[in-house]
Amino acid sequence: MLVVDDLHASIGGTEILHGLSLEIGDGEIHAVMGPNGSGKSTLAHVLAGRDPYQVTAGRVLYDGADLLAMTPEERAAAGVFLGFQHPVEIPGVPTMYFLRTALNALRRARHHEELGPVEFLALVDAKRRLVDMDRSLLDRAVNDGFSGGERKRNEILQMLVLEPRLAVLDETDSGLDIDALRVVAAGVRSLRAPHRSAVVITHHRRLLDHLVPDQVHVLAGGRIVRSGGADLAAELEAHGYAGVHEPGAEPHPVSTATAR
Amino acid sequence: MSTARAEVAELAGREYAYGFSTDLDTDFAPRGLSEEVIALISAKKGEPDWLCDWRLGAYRHWRTLTEPSWQNVTYPPIAYDDIIYYAAPKKKAAPSSLDEVDPEVRAMFDKLGISLAEQERLSGVAVDAVVDSVSVATTFQARLAEAGVIFCSFSQAVRDHPDLVRAYLGSVVPFRDNFFAALNSAVFTDGSFCYVPKGVRCPMELSTYFRINAAGTGQFERTLIVAEEGASVSYLEGCTAPMRDEHQLHAAVVELVAMDDATIKYSTVQNWYPGDAEGRGGVYNFVTKRGRAAGARSKISWTQVETGSAITWKYPGVVLQGDGSVGEFYSVAVSAGHQQADTGTKMIHIGKDTRSTIVSKAISTGHGQNTYRGLVKMLRSAEGARNHTRCDSLLIGGDCGAHTFPYVEVKHPTAQVEHEATTSKVSDDQLFYARQRGISEEEATSMIVNGFCREVFRELPMEFAVEAQRLLSVSLEGAVG
Ligand SMILES: Nc1ncnc2c1ncn2[C@@H]1O[C@H](COP(=O)(O)OP(=O)(O)OP(=O)(O)O)[C@@H](O)[C@H]1O
Ligand SMILES: [Mg+2]
Repeated sequence: MLVVDDLHASIGGTEILHGLSLEIGDGEIHAVMGPNGSGKSTLAHVLAGRDPYQVTAGRVLYDGADLLAMTPEERAAAGVFLGFQHPVEIPGVPTMYFLRTALNALRRARHHEELGPVEFLALVDAKRRLVDMDRSLLDRAVNDGFSGGERKRNEILQMLVLEPRLAVLDETDSGLDIDALRVVAAGVRSLRAPHRSAVVITHHRRLLDHLVPDQVHVLAGGRIVRSGGADLAAELEAHGYAGVHEPGAEPHPVSTATAR
Repeated sequence: MSTARAEVAELAGREYAYGFSTDLDTDFAPRGLSEEVIALISAKKGEPDWLCDWRLGAYRHWRTLTEPSWQNVTYPPIAYDDIIYYAAPKKKAAPSSLDEVDPEVRAMFDKLGISLAEQERLSGVAVDAVVDSVSVATTFQARLAEAGVIFCSFSQAVRDHPDLVRAYLGSVVPFRDNFFAALNSAVFTDGSFCYVPKGVRCPMELSTYFRINAAGTGQFERTLIVAEEGASVSYLEGCTAPMRDEHQLHAAVVELVAMDDATIKYSTVQNWYPGDAEGRGGVYNFVTKRGRAAGARSKISWTQVETGSAITWKYPGVVLQGDGSVGEFYSVAVSAGHQQADTGTKMIHIGKDTRSTIVSKAISTGHGQNTYRGLVKMLRSAEGARNHTRCDSLLIGGDCGAHTFPYVEVKHPTAQVEHEATTSKVSDDQLFYARQRGISEEEATSMIVNGFCREVFRELPMEFAVEAQRLLSVSLEGAVG
């Protein structure tokens, strides 16, 4: 589904990703772990098409198409979803309205009929129960005054409503209580299907215990320095990132400077 | 750089959808201003002597004044001697039905999407249409007359109800009030008049569409609305103007008077020509609007959506005279392209337990400059008076500005004034968040802007609210990619 090949990306003139490669097959869940500042969010933003990030080399194929040539909206319409590490507030725009506008924009782009308010309400109500989110939250403006955990639940709710083909979740499990963590895991699992995939960026093994990813990657210094099975997460938890690198793949010097 | 930033410069390049001029057979006064021109205007309109004298008094006073310069706006000097102060479509006889209205005028309204026929059939709104300063068509007279409501052109009111006009003209905005009020008092050509008698709730929304038509013609409207004890009325004013190269001065005066327990709601959607991409042309909108909440528990409410004009300079205010009277001001002001807006309100609390609410939403984009200027004054007599002011500014793009000048004077120790102000930006992060969910930048901006304005739109009559939202989207078209 997704092939990232020797990706170099920079921001503000500083190269952050130094030749990152990653391949994700249909129906797979991949976890990406790595030290702070190693470039995980950068990868997520580049996949979603965030403006100030510049791709200087490499390519990204999504179902064989050049993902980097598409606008953010086109990527969304093609089924790419980003769960933001820091979901932004949009005062004045009710969450329900935002979500319906989003769903209908995607449906229009895919030449499906738009959903009316009544059908939409039924859909959201069902999804909302899955993530155990209060109805009153949806009447409030998007993330406006939401707690950290509420914002993350809201990301998962949006994912469930928009049903992406490729979900990239950037630390959606950070700052969540234990119940919320289960909710996030349940949300991702409920979308699991042969034609859907997910990239889960996380610092915690707990989420991966719930999800059981097909692969775990370590991103350090702007590259994938090691990949393994679900048990790699446990190893990382025991030993930290210090000694982690695959033979032959040298960590970039920048990583030692930025890793804390 | 987001495309919003990149294309913000294109903002003023949008086509003004109503930029056309209709070739009416116009009857002009000579250019410039003198006692002779004023006497001519008065004579053409067949006015009584007292009114002609009043105009001349205003003119003589105006000549002693200099144009104000304290506003936070800049424009080249206005050549008052170069303005034609009177232009009227040559009319046969006053139309008794829509069929008698000049077909060209009606075609013009059709272009504006406000066909009178449609108005009459569908909306139940009586329209007193003002073209080139003279009322051309008035509808629904019969139904209003039945209720005892007088709603007619100002000229007709002078003819048919001179005592009412004489009693209230200049009673809220005296010609000594300011430079533009004096000018208007000297040369006003027409406008609307509404009188709602004691205990009557006006059976429909009253509406006027203003229109500036003849080239180089100043527009000096005069509106007077009086609600007697226990009466209530809702009045809608909506405007568009054709495209012009030279600046056009518009200096209207609106006076409202509410007696005991009376309510007047005055709503404006202003969409005059804002000028071209370089900021050339466009209307100067220098208006004096004020209401006198004269009676106990009376209420005057101003709601305005200002999206047009090169320069807007207006402070619809309320003098809260009656005990327990209420004044409200809800405003959305947009400055896009090179538009400048200096607008706000004046709430003058005189009576006991008077209350005022001010909600101002300023949107700036392109090179637009938006200034909120408000005065809340609580006199020594205003025991227990309260004001709440909320001023929010929204910036879209980097070259625009928002400024807030709240003035407060409190003379009574029990009076309370609260002021809240916020400035926010439509950020790239917000736009990206929306785009990541599949929503286009344009739709996202419009969603954010409409959310920002909701508090004010909610105050507008339903059909006006829809029009206001549409206008806002048109005004901000091209603000984003
Ligand atoms: N505008 C910028 N200019 C220069 N450097 C930047 C800019 N934005 C981000 N960076 C740097 O890019 C690096 C990678 O950041 P990124 O957010 O991708 O890290 P991360 O792996 O997601 O970290 P975390 O685990 O803390 O979320 C960091 O060192 C960060 O400081
Ligand atoms: Mg991150």
